[in-house]
Amino acid sequence: MLGRTLQEVSAALKQGQITPTELCQKCLSLIKKTKFLNAYITVSEEVALKQAEESEKRYKNGQSLGDLDGIPIAVKDNFSTSGIETTCASNMLKGYIPPYNATVVQKLLDQGALLMGKTNLDEFAMGSGSTDGIFGPVKNPWSYSKQYREKRKQNPHSKNEDSDWLITGGSSGGSAAAVSAFTCYAALGSDTGGSTRNPAAHCGLVGFKPSYGLVSRHGLIPLVNSMDVPGILTRCVDDAAIVLGALAGPDPKDSTTVHDPINKPFMLPSLADVSKLCIGIPKEYLIPELSSEVRSLWSKAADLFESEGAKVLEVSLPHTSYSIVCYHVLCTSEVASNMARFDGLQYGHRCDINVSTEAMYAATRREGFNDVVRGRILSGNFFLLKENYENYFVKAQKVRRLIANDFVNAFNSGVDVLLTPTTLSEAVPYLEFIKEDNRTRSAQDDIFTQAVNMAGLPAVSIPVALSNQGLPIGLQFIGRAFCDQQLLTVARWFEKQVQFPVIQLQELMDDCSAVLENEKSASVSLKQ
Amino acid sequence: MAAPMLRWVGRGRLWTFARVDGGSCHRREAPTGSTSNWIRGQSSVAQQPLYTTQKPRKGEHKWAAVVGLEIHAQISSNSKLFSGSQVRFSAPPNSLVSFFDASLPGTLPVLNRRCVEAAVMTGLALNCHINKKSLFDRKHYFYADLPAGYQITQQRLPIAVNGSLTYGVCAGKKQSQVIPKTVRIKQIQLEQDSGKSLHDDLRSQTLIDLNRAGVGLLEVVLEPDLSCGEEAATAVRELQLILQALGTSQANMAEGQLRVDANISVHHPGEPLGVRTEVKNLNSIRFLAKAIDYEIQRQINELENGGEILNETRSFHYQLGCTMSMRDKEGKQDYRFMPEPNLPPLVLYDATSLPAGADPQQVINIDQIRETLPELPSVTRERLVQQYGMLLEHSFTLLNEVGLLEFFQNVIKETRAEPKKVTSWVLNTFLGYLKQQNLAVSERCGSDVYTEESKCSDSEQPFMDALTVCDVNVFSLLGAASPVTPSALAELLDLLDSRTISSAAAKEVFEELWKREGKTPGQIVSEKQLELMEDRGALEQLCHSMMEAHPQVVMDLKKGNPRAINKLIGLVRKATQSRADPAMIKEILEKKLSS
Repeated sequence: MLGRTLQEVSAALKQGQITPTELCQKCLSLIKKTKFLNAYITVSEEVALKQAEESEKRYKNGQSLGDLDGIPIAVKDNFSTSGIETTCASNMLKGYIPPYNATVVQKLLDQGALLMGKTNLDEFAMGSGSTDGIFGPVKNPWSYSKQYREKRKQNPHSKNEDSDWLITGGSSGGSAAAVSAFTCYAALGSDTGGSTRNPAAHCGLVGFKPSYGLVSRHGLIPLVNSMDVPGILTRCVDDAAIVLGALAGPDPKDSTTVHDPINKPFMLPSLADVSKLCIGIPKEYLIPELSSEVRSLWSKAADLFESEGAKVLEVSLPHTSYSIVCYHVLCTSEVASNMARFDGLQYGHRCDINVSTEAMYAATRREGFNDVVRGRILSGNFFLLKENYENYFVKAQKVRRLIANDFVNAFNSGVDVLLTPTTLSEAVPYLEFIKEDNRTRSAQDDIFTQAVNMAGLPAVSIPVALSNQGLPIGLQFIGRAFCDQQLLTVARWFEKQVQFPVIQLQELMDDCSAVLENEKSASVSLKQ
Repeated sequence: MAAPMLRWVGRGRLWTFARVDGGSCHRREAPTGSTSNWIRGQSSVAQQPLYTTQKPRKGEHKWAAVVGLEIHAQISSNSKLFSGSQVRFSAPPNSLVSFFDASLPGTLPVLNRRCVEAAVMTGLALNCHINKKSLFDRKHYFYADLPAGYQITQQRLPIAVNGSLTYGVCAGKKQSQVIPKTVRIKQIQLEQDSGKSLHDDLRSQTLIDLNRAGVGLLEVVLEPDLSCGEEAATAVRELQLILQALGTSQANMAEGQLRVDANISVHHPGEPLGVRTEVKNLNSIRFLAKAIDYEIQRQINELENGGEILNETRSFHYQLGCTMSMRDKEGKQDYRFMPEPNLPPLVLYDATSLPAGADPQQVINIDQIRETLPELPSVTRERLVQQYGMLLEHSFTLLNEVGLLEFFQNVIKETRAEPKKVTSWVLNTFLGYLKQQNLAVSERCGSDVYTEESKCSDSEQPFMDALTVCDVNVFSLLGAASPVTPSALAELLDLLDSRTISSAAAKEVFEELWKREGKTPGQIVSEKQLELMEDRGALEQLCHSMMEAHPQVVMDLKKGNPRAINKLIGLVRKATQSRADPAMIKEILEKKLSS
């Protein structure tokens, strides 16, 4: 039952094959078994069981709220959850219990979903590995999959396999690990530069970033307001569409959501024929750092579309190479601004120093934020200084416009959907990953995903195949703004063609104790 | 201190200006001649008062002051600028705070339509160009009562620009002439108010009240077209009246709904502008005038003594009457402005640009707002002058006092007396009594609320200084507490008009009315037997005996001191308990004297 998709388990609930409480308990027990993955920061067991009980009553009375009623979900720990600690994996918000639900959380709860817990991330979502939060790194469930382990046995160079676990990617790595390890059926991530799509690709999931303005950001603790969107992590495209259907729509609490009506429920039409479709391949995305395996899969995917009758065109997004540096300026500037509210006065961490308000601010912020956050605040404040503003922020905004226009031009040339890699390669081992600092890593890892956020477009990462090492590789589809439905329709067609294998975690689920014993040394901290 | 007369010779013309004690500058003679343009090319203000040191020496350069104001007016609205919290003065601390106001992580601003309408209305009333598209920015600084670490404001593209405010300063021998002046308005921007900090020095802690945090403000930025405290005070008073007429702000300075920061510098005319200081948080019109004049004089003295002016923020100490450096920041503050990413551009429409089928709830139509503008103070004054033949300066006084105009109009409605008579009674007698009362109120409170020193004279000259620096709501007394109702005054004026009582008796009746004993003027007159003495014979008899009783006065008169007759008139009136008509007494006395 746990290995099923959201759509399948929803059908099972409706048919009475399983009750919400049974389902909830199974997930909770698996969360405990997979505690070593460090996917969850907070497990909201009591809340989930109570919600399951209510859902069960509804099913008994034939008053189900819909596809999401009784479905266990997880939420990244940068969404405000009423009465449930929301930390952003930072000392700054340790112990902070918000008094309100983010709009997206409220919408899921209103649909009867069960909130299993809050998932791990990089501190304030700043990172691409889910390795830089105060609760320690998230482990990629694929590290323990049969597919990966068998390949590693064949490799004579493999060292101590238990210390060689893989990162999930990030920053929504906890959400990705939670869905990938079957502890829930869907999870919310956030996506500012690729933070949902990147871990989705590394964990073999569908990672969807909706159009900016389609889904409310109210209650999402911001990284970059002008680029953040709530992301959706699921096992298949249909599941993502179901969740999007529940989340999309204008929110009076978020003035950047759009009022144009969208089709609801968010049903994806079946696409039997791709011959009328035009797929664009951005030539600038073919870079030397791209692994040969990803490149070859990308090329095969393009061939697949072409062989099924679609038009496949090479397109140019000429300003792509400026995206990283442009993002750096805009992101750090907004970070500097957004983080100003964390001063220790109203909520969150406060230091013991009380000689003056200024001294208290300084010490609170030094203690509360990690080096990555502090570094970005410092850079951002530099870019916003009066003497620098024109040279950095204003220029970056202009470049952002050029990048957005690149996409507009591509779509105006007749392209329906762009096809690109999601990441440079498959997930790397943690020890490998931390050889580079956060900034370098973020710059490398967001290269295919970031420009989409600058342009506000919808994009989805679809798992395509396993690498030679037995690890998932994802490809990304990018759609026109607010053509999220069309994008997902194409993605679903593609998903059906590629038949990505299910992660084989039997060993993990059957005998977690062995794994757990080996992991005692790791810095795992799970809060109940 | 006597007002030293100064002279400055420039551009081949001789202009004479005066400085009076207290730093307020009053122009005794309106200069003639070409428009000067030595202050930032301005042309709206034709003359500038000039200053000098206490002991002007021959050949010395004179100083001119340049004053610009930033005025923050709290928007009168039910809820805050970006949140649904209620706006209310003196609510229990932190009782009006939404999650957004407290800057809880993840909360977002939602613009309040009422505040936008108030800004458009104010912009139109101040002759501004309304920007069809305006933007919001974040202004960053750390302060305990600014929970987000930034204020949302409109730095780059404000909602209204390039307006003007016309106000009147008094001049002439009795300060009774009103000279219209204009100050240019640079911009009007929407922004958030901050919370309030309460510093407890004993326990060295600061208490924060966020009730005010996020309340909508209109920041009105004036160009530096002003040159002294009085000009600034009258301009702000006029703005206050306009805001109150529009209903866009209650603009009560005592409750902090109108706050003024003044940028002040001095220089020698024809030379570059001097270094300016900013005097912050002036919360009464009187202190605004005092602070500006003090600061101007301080800068002049500093420069005359070889010192220099620092670009700094100062505060006005109202008890000591001086400005002091706030010494709050090391070096200049960089606010690191950034566009507010959570608010799309604010787009306004007019009749021509309004999209067809637009939801009226979703759009704001400038032309529609223009149609709903109420009568502005300047138009009201003009109407009063036209309709009732009153002097312009009287119309200023009527408007300056909250509620006085309404009172006046109610009296006019009910009385047969001439409007001029009504004007005189309302502005002299009635206002005089009110002001005496108010003085007592404010002394008891010990607050810094401005109160006009009462000048309750019998002359026909109304309180012109009320026009210049009045910020007092005497009519909080009026509505509920004024002991004299418009009907009572109307009745009293009717008695006067029908010559039932003398004007002296009328004053006595008024005094009785003020005691609040619930009697009508008619009742008082009959109880006190104040009816005018119509018996000429009796009056002649009385005059005769009075002349006999005071031979010395009669002698004086005959020696050629015509004013001595007043003494006799007074004595006769007293003897009749003010029931006789002084004109008739005078006539009888003169007749007797010349016979």
